[in-house]
Amino acid sequence: MTEHKHSQREPLIRLAKREDLSRGKKWAIRLGAIVLALAVGSLFILVLGHNPLAVYKEILTGSLGGPSVRRVTVRVAIPLLGAALAIAPAFKMKFWNIGAEGQIMAGAIGATYFALYWGEALPKPALLLVMALASIVVGGVWGLIPAFFKARWGTNETLFTLMLNYIALGIESYLQNGPWKDPSGTGFPIIAMFGQNARLPKVFGVHVGWIIVLALTVGMFVYMKYSKHGYEISVVGESQRTARYAGMNVSKIIMRTMFLSGAIAGLMGFLVVSGADYTLNAGTSGGVGFTAIIVAWLAHLNPFAMVLIAALLAVLTKGSNAIQTSFKIPASAADVLSAIILFFMLGCEFFINYRLIFRHSGSAAPGKGGEGHE
Amino acid sequence: MQSVSAVELRNVTKTFGSVVANNNVSLSIRKGEILALLGENGSGKTTLMNMLAGIYFPDSGQILVDGEEVAIRSPRDAFDLKIGMIHQHFKLVDVFTAAENIVLGLKEKGKFDRKAISRQIREISARYGFDLDPDKKIYDMAVSEKQTVEIIKVLYRGADILILDEPTAVLTPQETEKLFAVLRNMKADGKSIVIITHKLNEVMAISDRVSILRKGEYIDTVETRTTNPQALTDMMVGHAVTLNIDRPEPVNPQRRLVVKDLTCLDGQGVKVLDGVSFSAQGGEILGIAGIAGSGQKELCEAIAGLHPVSSGQILYSNPKEPDQVESLVGRTPMEIRELGVSLAFVPEDRLGMGLVGSMGMTGNMMLKSYNQSGRFFPDTKPFRTLAEEIREKLEVVTPSVNTPVRKLSGGNVQKVLVGREIASAPALLMAAYPVRGLDINASYTIYRLLNEQKAKGVAVIYVGEDLDVLLELCDRILVLCGGRVSGIADGRTVTKEEIGLMMTQTGEVGDHDRT
Repeated sequence: MTEHKHSQREPLIRLAKREDLSRGKKWAIRLGAIVLALAVGSLFILVLGHNPLAVYKEILTGSLGGPSVRRVTVRVAIPLLGAALAIAPAFKMKFWNIGAEGQIMAGAIGATYFALYWGEALPKPALLLVMALASIVVGGVWGLIPAFFKARWGTNETLFTLMLNYIALGIESYLQNGPWKDPSGTGFPIIAMFGQNARLPKVFGVHVGWIIVLALTVGMFVYMKYSKHGYEISVVGESQRTARYAGMNVSKIIMRTMFLSGAIAGLMGFLVVSGADYTLNAGTSGGVGFTAIIVAWLAHLNPFAMVLIAALLAVLTKGSNAIQTSFKIPASAADVLSAIILFFMLGCEFFINYRLIFRHSGSAAPGKGGEGHE
Repeated sequence: MQSVSAVELRNVTKTFGSVVANNNVSLSIRKGEILALLGENGSGKTTLMNMLAGIYFPDSGQILVDGEEVAIRSPRDAFDLKIGMIHQHFKLVDVFTAAENIVLGLKEKGKFDRKAISRQIREISARYGFDLDPDKKIYDMAVSEKQTVEIIKVLYRGADILILDEPTAVLTPQETEKLFAVLRNMKADGKSIVIITHKLNEVMAISDRVSILRKGEYIDTVETRTTNPQALTDMMVGHAVTLNIDRPEPVNPQRRLVVKDLTCLDGQGVKVLDGVSFSAQGGEILGIAGIAGSGQKELCEAIAGLHPVSSGQILYSNPKEPDQVESLVGRTPMEIRELGVSLAFVPEDRLGMGLVGSMGMTGNMMLKSYNQSGRFFPDTKPFRTLAEEIREKLEVVTPSVNTPVRKLSGGNVQKVLVGREIASAPALLMAAYPVRGLDINASYTIYRLLNEQKAKGVAVIYVGEDLDVLLELCDRILVLCGGRVSGIADGRTVTKEEIGLMMTQTGEVGDHDRT
């Protein structure tokens, strides 16, 4: 019969969820994805007219090949890891905080105020402590605002946190062009460099922020896994109805967790202004709050995995800076290269969760199976 | 004479990940017969039929329609082959009329001729004995009317093979009779009908043949008139089971809970409970019957402090201090729980409330008492011990107490939930649909556990949907209809038909209140 001919063949590709993939296989898929990413990246580099191997080598040497570049790489990784840690509890709670960018900026603004106006009045340790506290409080409040509205009126946290990013940026821009403008800046709208008192000390050539984020990593792991709060966050993330049934105060948990999330992000703002840039500008957050989402997600919210992923992304970032200068590859092209690698890393998670079933040839040969019967 | 089957399945296998839903199933559906597909929850009935309806595609095996091998890749393919399925969860657009829903998705050229469509629908209704107004909106309809729309939708598309997935689950006994009459008319008209069910009395009442599935395997097909419920159960379960539920006489019943004139509104300000009054006693099981959505859920939640109360009283007598009567209205869920009121609520989505799917048994044991020690890092050891105890005592099948409960089968999930609630030694235990989705063995375990609680003097409130079970298990049965109490009957004397009538009696009144 021809009228059902269209329905006589099995679909070409089908998807099936898979659950019990061994750890080894998962890593094999991830490794395969990286190899594929490098291969596709090579094609792109060839099109640009360079030798892929040389470019890849330069990415590595340019980010890890010497003490000074290593220091820069670590400096890039610090806020990335910290912001990912900040996002983790919110995401675990299924509160989609995409406002780490703004919370970093808010924290940086808080710290900068004390650096600019209290720099002379306080001794160095006290000043740094006050700056850190200010960044924690201001960043925390910036995280608390959307949580309050969500808990009270059920507003959409994704949009809310996103919009607050731009508000934080706007406030920074206002301060930079107005009240906080450096009088000795010869008319340029910039904020003055911090005094020595407001700069973080270095340990092994990099500001102490690296010790702080590593401590935070352990702390966050313990907090999420063993503490009462971590338990509450997991339950709320799974089902708010269940949480209420268990007698939890869901609003309070949402607000507390978002304060924490914002506070850690804010602290990263302090580390950036006081440890790396020694000033505040529009690029203080520099997209870290968004990249951190990728870090947190790829690490499946596991703090220790975040260390690895953040390091990897920092290598990519620093390395692509290096190839810009040594190969004259434009910044946009270097970004494309990083994006290719990220794309494959994110994409391979799909193949870890699903399996493709292709039509097996001959299994549904049209009209054959049913004809032997009389 | 050798007649060709309407549909034949040959060696069909379907797996989901590591779960084998159907293993090598062969089955045939004759023309002009009613075939009952019998099996426990999770035996693969619906999956098998979904492959005929084009929802799933088999991993291997063949499907023959009228002796011709076919591949059904989508519901549209199924319709082309004149196969139509009425799913358990209706797929209707609320704001459309019956007629609009019926023609929705048809790709016909030309004008949208409402009159012709309505005429055709009336014709179909008259032919098979349906009762349907084509211009009525879905949101104005009762559940049974919605089901009628679904059936006519399939007939309108010219289906000769109809598959009904647990069609009576949402119907009262009277409505079920009506549906069966319609199905018999369709059979007389030459249609082939498959009815998926796990209720034996329905199998006996309506089917010509019964095919039995167990754990994804095809067991047998038998002529209905040559078999009996006990034989079918044994095939369905795999070993002999006794189908009796104990009902010991209440011992020393004591007043535990008095609800007076309870009224609750939902989020839109519509009355979901309207002047509900009753009492529950320690040492007895009070059943709550009603069509789905008659206020059962809200009633339990209101008592547990999870649903706001607009007016009325909920008075509770703590057995430890019998002279003192406490009002539960206005207390937090935590305070109510500490008084000894426990809610083992099992909503539609089994893991949506009461359990945390991503956590293991240990984590779930902590749910209500994680904060009792007051320490920032709670000690999980006692909860692990409790989990191990429940696992052993209730025979929970799980690789470990840390395996996420989401991965356990429905029956085991239920045991975890009920086990935890009982472990908290409640004085009032509310169990809502605790056997939904459970196989027969697990169901009987739950009934036994509830009876144990009753014997201990606990006031048990059992919200159920299977009237046969309610009639066998409960001492008294409260019937809810449209948020009102339409009657409280003695479980030992009342009949199923009487309960059925009460389930719809004040339905009209309740519906008017909603406007």
